[in-house]
Amino acid sequence: MADSLSRRRRWTNRIMLTLTGVASVLILVPLTLILSYLMTAGSGAINIDFFTQLPAPVGEEGGGMVNALVGTLFLVLLAGALGLPIAVGAGIYLAEARKSPFANLVRFIADVMNGIPSIVTGIFVWAWIVLWMGRFSLLAGSVALAVMLIPMVTRTTEEMVRLVPRELREGGIALGFTRWRTTLGIVIPAARGGILTGILVALARISGETAPLLFTAFGNPFMEWRLNEPISALPLLIYQYAISPYDEWHRLAWAAALVLIALVLVISLLTRFLIKDPHRER
Amino acid sequence: MANPADGGLMARLLPSRSKGNVQDQFYRLALLLFGVSIPLLFLFIVLRIGTEAWPAMEAFGWGFITGTEWNPVLREFGALPFIFGTVVSSVLALMIALPLSVGLAIFLTELAPRWLAAPIAFATELLAAIPSVVYGLWGIFVLVPWLRFTIQEPLSRHFGDVIPIFEGPAYGFSMMAGAVILSIMIIPFISAVTREVLTAVPRDQREAALALGATRWEMTWQVALPYALPGIIGGAILGLGRALGETMAITMVIGNRPDIAASLFAPGYTMASVLANEFAEATGALYLSALMEIALILFGITIVVNIFAQLLVWRVAKRGGR
Repeated sequence: MADSLSRRRRWTNRIMLTLTGVASVLILVPLTLILSYLMTAGSGAINIDFFTQLPAPVGEEGGGMVNALVGTLFLVLLAGALGLPIAVGAGIYLAEARKSPFANLVRFIADVMNGIPSIVTGIFVWAWIVLWMGRFSLLAGSVALAVMLIPMVTRTTEEMVRLVPRELREGGIALGFTRWRTTLGIVIPAARGGILTGILVALARISGETAPLLFTAFGNPFMEWRLNEPISALPLLIYQYAISPYDEWHRLAWAAALVLIALVLVISLLTRFLIKDPHRER
Repeated sequence: MANPADGGLMARLLPSRSKGNVQDQFYRLALLLFGVSIPLLFLFIVLRIGTEAWPAMEAFGWGFITGTEWNPVLREFGALPFIFGTVVSSVLALMIALPLSVGLAIFLTELAPRWLAAPIAFATELLAAIPSVVYGLWGIFVLVPWLRFTIQEPLSRHFGDVIPIFEGPAYGFSMMAGAVILSIMIIPFISAVTREVLTAVPRDQREAALALGATRWEMTWQVALPYALPGIIGGAILGLGRALGETMAITMVIGNRPDIAASLFAPGYTMASVLANEFAEATGALYLSALMEIALILFGITIVVNIFAQLLVWRVAKRGGR
């Protein structure tokens, strides 16, 4: 009896542990499929025109996405310029204020804001900037991306600043530095690598966002860089081309997706290997 | 740079415990302003969307949430099909993602050797880095045709008459496609949290179980998992929050038809999708306001789900003594 019981337990053990391995394989299948389809379907349409030409009208061969590439670059840079000062400032505030009840509230709200659907962010910015300006614009698109950026970077900045050893801060105070000099001159430089990682990861994430741009940046078939004009973006073009009925556009959508994902992955990989993330060593 | 010798070192040092010097007071004020900006931004979001949604709330009342007809041309605005689509697709996605994520987390923490665990963990993080619109693109051209011809058509042919969730023609673009794509997208979040809480299970708990003669699986199932359960639930709810608000990928594969159907093969529509599809073309103040109210409802649901998840995760983190 005891023998058959222990045999059953051994088999349960083996079967269940194998199943966890099966689950892992199942999760890796979509990733491999997505990446391989991107490679095969996308690389064919990538050539020099892709990076230098405007989109071709329907029915014509060729054409590129230079307007979307420029658009994504401008949108992300401007979103960074608008959002990062606030985010880093708020992150330092949270790290310094630590346990004050108000800081806890701010931290909580930042976490909750991280979960706001990106389409809702887009609609909020529409109801704010687009209604106010009376038109879709680069500015509105950047504000939408900045609103997504702020809670992400606030929390990573806070965590990185908190990881700086107490002794460094105390050393600064003991030397007679004011608090602001201690923080800005000693603590922040010590946390610089981590803060930068958080910023780059967040920038990579917003550069792939489509939903917040639908009613803010809107898209534009021509080259554009003025603040008050609609502007194109890589994710917007992918969406537009993917749901179109034209095979040529589908090909371009795959190519654009390959470029976008290369952009996102290169940034993530760079941060991983260039900057040592103290968070990972725990 | 500061020169410690430049006059009044003691003067600067001493009062800093109570009030701080003028510079520091200014510095604290500036930091506080940055801190305050976040709740202000949050309030402003609620206020802007709320104001724009108000005309619809006044016009339709509670009927907006229970109405099943969505026909902007006839000025009929019932949001139930969208709420149904959002909730059902997300819950289905969670049902697929949760067992797989927990399986993966167990495999990585309990079973896999280091040389295997690190690359697999990295690969699942890559899943989280893929933009939503790229999932959608892949969904349209690869996942949907595959689901249609390999899964849906045979199931519909053999069981369609008996089992309601398999009935009807197989379109491919369906609730099922939406749920599958969502599940792939939320797996990295759930498995990351699960892995973290499983790693936090104290070593002596595991060793005690093994010493009592438990097999590895029994140790995991009866000791480690129960210990980590609140954290796993928190992670699952965070994943659910992600799924509820996900827009591009699901819009591209769910079929976008505002029906409430029992079949997994029938097209559906979610709140996020109707916003993505109709907002830019909405004509008329009431139509626009109705969409704003949908945005507000979606906002409300995700906020509640996120607050709940956040409280759970924080409680676990506190218990872990961090």
